[in-house]
Amino acid sequence: MAMEITQILLNAQSIDAASRKHAEESLKQFQDQNFPSFLLSLSGELANNEKPVDSRKLAGLILKNTLDAKEQHRKNELAQRWLSLDASVKAQVKACLLQTLSSPVPDARSTASQVIAKIAGIELPQKQWPELIGILLSNIHQLQPHVKQATLETLGYLCEEVSPEVADQDQVNKILTAVVQGMNASEGNNDVRLAATRALYNALGFAQANFSNDMERDYIMRVVCEATLSPEVKIRQAAFECLVAISTTYYDKLASYMQDIFNITAKAVREDEEPVALQAIEFWSSICDEEIDILDEYGSDFTADSDIHCFYFIKQALPALVPMLLETLLKQEEGQDQDEGAWNIAMAGGTCLGLVARTVGDDIVPLVMPFIEENITKPDWRQREAATYAFGSILEGPSPEKLTPIVNVALNFMLTALMKDPNDHVKDTTAWTLGRIFEFMHGSTVETSVITRENCHQILTVLLQSMKDVPNVAEKACGALYFLVQGYEDSGSASPLSPFFHDIIQALLSVTHRDDAGESRLRTAAYESLNEVVRCSTEETAPTVMQLVPVIMMELHQTLEAQKLSMDEREKQNELQGLLCGCLQVIIQKLGSAESSKYAFMQYADQLMELFLRVFACRNATVHEEAMLAIGALAYAAGQNFVKYMQGFYPYLEMGLQNFEEYQVCAITVGVVGDICRALEEKILPFCDGIMTHLLKDLSSNLLHRSVKPPIFSCFGDIALAIGENFEKYLIYAMPMLQSAAELSAHAATVDDEMLEYTNQLRNGILEAYSGIFQGFKNSPKTQLLMPFAPHILQFLDSLYNEKDMDDVVMKAAIGVLGDLADTLGTNAGPLINQSVSSKDFLEECLSSDDHLIKESADWAKLAITRAISG
Amino acid sequence: MAPHELRRPFKRPAISDQQRRRDLALIRQTQQRSDSQNRARRLASSLFDLPSHSFPDACQADFPDNVDVGYAIALEQSPELEASSPTVRHLDFVQASKLKGSAARHWFARQLMLTEWMIDVPPNLDRDWYVFARPAGKRCFVVSSNGSTVSRLRNGSVLHHFPSSLPNGARTKEISAPSHVYCILDCIFHEPDQTYYVIDMVCWRGYSLYDCSAEFRFFWLNSKLSETGACNPPSTYHRYRFSVVPIYDCNRIGLHKAYTGGFAFVKDGLLFYNRHAHYQTGNTPLALVWKDELCSQYVLDTDSEGHVPAEQQVVLELQDDGKLTTSDDPPILFGCLEKEIIQKAGNFLRFSVIDECVRIVDGKLELGDLKFVGKANRARAFADSYSKVFFQYTARHSPLQFQDLIASLDPNLDENSESNDMEMID
Repeated sequence: MAMEITQILLNAQSIDAASRKHAEESLKQFQDQNFPSFLLSLSGELANNEKPVDSRKLAGLILKNTLDAKEQHRKNELAQRWLSLDASVKAQVKACLLQTLSSPVPDARSTASQVIAKIAGIELPQKQWPELIGILLSNIHQLQPHVKQATLETLGYLCEEVSPEVADQDQVNKILTAVVQGMNASEGNNDVRLAATRALYNALGFAQANFSNDMERDYIMRVVCEATLSPEVKIRQAAFECLVAISTTYYDKLASYMQDIFNITAKAVREDEEPVALQAIEFWSSICDEEIDILDEYGSDFTADSDIHCFYFIKQALPALVPMLLETLLKQEEGQDQDEGAWNIAMAGGTCLGLVARTVGDDIVPLVMPFIEENITKPDWRQREAATYAFGSILEGPSPEKLTPIVNVALNFMLTALMKDPNDHVKDTTAWTLGRIFEFMHGSTVETSVITRENCHQILTVLLQSMKDVPNVAEKACGALYFLVQGYEDSGSASPLSPFFHDIIQALLSVTHRDDAGESRLRTAAYESLNEVVRCSTEETAPTVMQLVPVIMMELHQTLEAQKLSMDEREKQNELQGLLCGCLQVIIQKLGSAESSKYAFMQYADQLMELFLRVFACRNATVHEEAMLAIGALAYAAGQNFVKYMQGFYPYLEMGLQNFEEYQVCAITVGVVGDICRALEEKILPFCDGIMTHLLKDLSSNLLHRSVKPPIFSCFGDIALAIGENFEKYLIYAMPMLQSAAELSAHAATVDDEMLEYTNQLRNGILEAYSGIFQGFKNSPKTQLLMPFAPHILQFLDSLYNEKDMDDVVMKAAIGVLGDLADTLGTNAGPLINQSVSSKDFLEECLSSDDHLIKESADWAKLAITRAISG
Repeated sequence: MAPHELRRPFKRPAISDQQRRRDLALIRQTQQRSDSQNRARRLASSLFDLPSHSFPDACQADFPDNVDVGYAIALEQSPELEASSPTVRHLDFVQASKLKGSAARHWFARQLMLTEWMIDVPPNLDRDWYVFARPAGKRCFVVSSNGSTVSRLRNGSVLHHFPSSLPNGARTKEISAPSHVYCILDCIFHEPDQTYYVIDMVCWRGYSLYDCSAEFRFFWLNSKLSETGACNPPSTYHRYRFSVVPIYDCNRIGLHKAYTGGFAFVKDGLLFYNRHAHYQTGNTPLALVWKDELCSQYVLDTDSEGHVPAEQQVVLELQDDGKLTTSDDPPILFGCLEKEIIQKAGNFLRFSVIDECVRIVDGKLELGDLKFVGKANRARAFADSYSKVFFQYTARHSPLQFQDLIASLDPNLDENSESNDMEMID
């Protein structure tokens, strides 16, 4: 086998399908039969300078794939497999890889460095391969540049794979020293300098201590800034990437460098090649991101223990920053609006300008207005477009008081431009700007809307006309309509849109039927606007929405009839089905939730269900998701009548609950089970054995994405509330699962915000399950069955209170559970409740909460406890 | 290591409509789960008493057979529940709030707790009772829900429809409470200062206080109402001021304060509430009203012109069989109409009491012959209660006086001592 491996690896890349297939099978067989020998062959191949580069590269790639996978569960399995290998095998593989770093063949070196990082990612956290970093660092001192380059690249990958906690500070210092030295201008070899700069990008996360030391930070920053001036464009780009990363990781350490960084970025934006200029703009965008986050934090609940401090870098840089960004707006590319993947300096600059406006608010307006006024009427389309884009960009951030007078003047101009401007690019941006005006300057949250009953008609006329324009302009007009309509969401029965309602729907339907509706996501935009029109319909316009039902159903029916489609056509068909199901979902929710329209609407229920079931027969996750959500809304509207669809729908429900792969579908299906529980109540009982089995399986599976687990617990509560004491037979399965999940989540080591958020979602799910179970058993003779679980549940509540890291939602649910427990178990639980911390201190805290939902639940709990204790 | 992707969304809303659909569906599910929870939590406690026989069929038709009422209907149809639970005939307030017109009037007319008139002094007045001055004005139910507030008079008709700072009492930009939240207050609307004086709290933020003692309800009322800003002066989103009435322990000091004390409102008698009593719809002997000339301008009933008639007048309900009864449950029989005079059963008729015919037998009032005056005011939803008729009679002949109330207090009881008060559980 070893003799043939080169040939097999080459055949696996052959253009001949048969020999490729054969080679792949041989590799698989080899791997299955003797895994250690397989690894040795591959690493030997990669290390062997005599072998062709293609077989070496593939050998390295296959090696890498034996060590790592995207899916977390699989990833863990692979790591375990590697760790359990014989030590001598591992040593040989590692030796081959390290040896490859000195290979004269760049591709071999690069592949080896990636594989080394993967192994390091597995072994270093286990305190294995301790000599690795020492070996790499000694490589740095080699004179051969290509070895240096490969070693730096390896260090870069290594920092990407390994978390900073794994390395001790001494090692970190040495790595950083090596990397920063490699970046230094004194390094004569560009490849080495580039590799070092890219390595620094990944190593920044390790440099916490070094960035806290003024001397070391000054040094790193100086080297990074110097690298932005390198004659080699790739080095300049990589250096700016480092600056961007530093701006988010070390925002609070930047104050003394900002003047220099501004000069560097300004030069790059004005003079450098586009990839570099884009990174330079990105630096400012990411500073905006940071400051917007910090200021948001100030606005919400800035407390004494909050340690984030805003340095107002953007505010200080404003007078120079804004003119720089305005200049970029004039560098548009022809046709950028038709190109989905386009990203150029004008787009980046405009986006940054929008972020700056959100950061500083009113201050930006006087700096941008002269540019707009000067350019908006110029004959050159670039100037008109740039002026319009600048205007659109600053609509979010400044106060309505500041903007309203300007927008009042500009609105007519914009409407005229959308109709009359000869340039599509200008019209595209104009329609987008109108959308932004409607989004931010109109609606129930705006004190005085710029839209009046008088100009509303004119605006609609222009938008509907513009929806017949070229696809990218029409798409923006649909988007503008979306926000115009949204602004009337709370206007009640006397919506100014009512007289035009029918025309709006007709116009949107015509757009969906345009031959070119597939371009510039026009069809999607039209359906999205249609959805918003439906959401904002009133009792008065409900009959028009009702007429829409058979129309959309017919469209969906047609997509299901279409046969013998090509792959491409099928994909488009699926997309359309998704849009139609989405639209029906919105309609169902609207018409099904109002008493006045529900009756008339439900006549379509049978047909709708039939269509949805046919949609399920198509294999496409997005469509399933949309159809599932639509069915959830339908179940809610149908109530107990939904029972007649259960037989037909149940198989698909089961399918959804087993869809581990497309976990979004699984999550949504779990939510729909809840809808059905609330609709059918005890009539769901015959289906509960099956549903509970799948839910319990889902919970114990390692394959299912963790985000689905909290909703499954909530779903237990939905089921229990629906079937009451019939939940008895599931107690022996559900309660232990809840109990162990509760223990885990009560004391979860919440290392980061994301983990804490997940932990709280899990806690909320568990608590909702307990609430549902208690309330389900209330007034039943079987409440005693729950008594044995009460001590643990109270303990869980106590520990939540003591951990002090629950969010408001959990707090509300937790105090509610306390009330439910008291309510259902009554005087039996009195002594237990009296003993628990949560019944006194926790309750007190919740009663004095500012959050009305928590207070409300606490009020309830207090009442229930009062009754339970006083009998 | 390739350059890092830095493309940002361009001319795109921050969130796609598909994500919005997903989010809205999740919000809907969360909301409905919480609605179900709240419904379940209220089941045994906050549903209103709704005797099915008094519920006109007409308003059943207002409910389509759907999930919202499916739950109430399911309860009614489920025999084992009917046997085991006294809440079977209950209808959720949320559904009742959707009633319109006469069905709503009919329903709301039966929700107030109605005081009996104090004919004799109950025992343990100082231990078990509270006393407070009754503001002169219209007794009404104030309900805040769905962003508006409605007050309904005793007969169920709407007095005001207005925005208020009560939870969910106004459509303001800040959400003051989740949509399902509602409050029900037992109030007296006092015309001169346009203020609702809250005399009892029935539901607060969707949670029922029906099964709670008066002691707890008053405690809750005093601690919760002011938190909402409902006691603030009127503003755009808060048309009428709400206010609480000082409530005293019914000892010598408390009685004197309530009787002689000055208040922001015009007094109309004293109210006595038993501190252990739950809120009970209809007439109850555990809440009493007492009046004399000093603390009320309206001791004796007036006619429609506002004059006190020479003879005591009573309003009685004419039953199908000609019997004339009070509004009590069970009704007290005060007479009988001969067949030929019966015009239409169910009407409320006004009679004059003929003093010579009245007798008190074993402490029970018997009116004897009555003189027909005419039909009662159309707005009437009730006949007079037995205790009212009795109180009006004694008020004209040998009234129960303030001194009698004082005399009934236990002289041995230390007035400053709270030791006999029931401890409130915190």
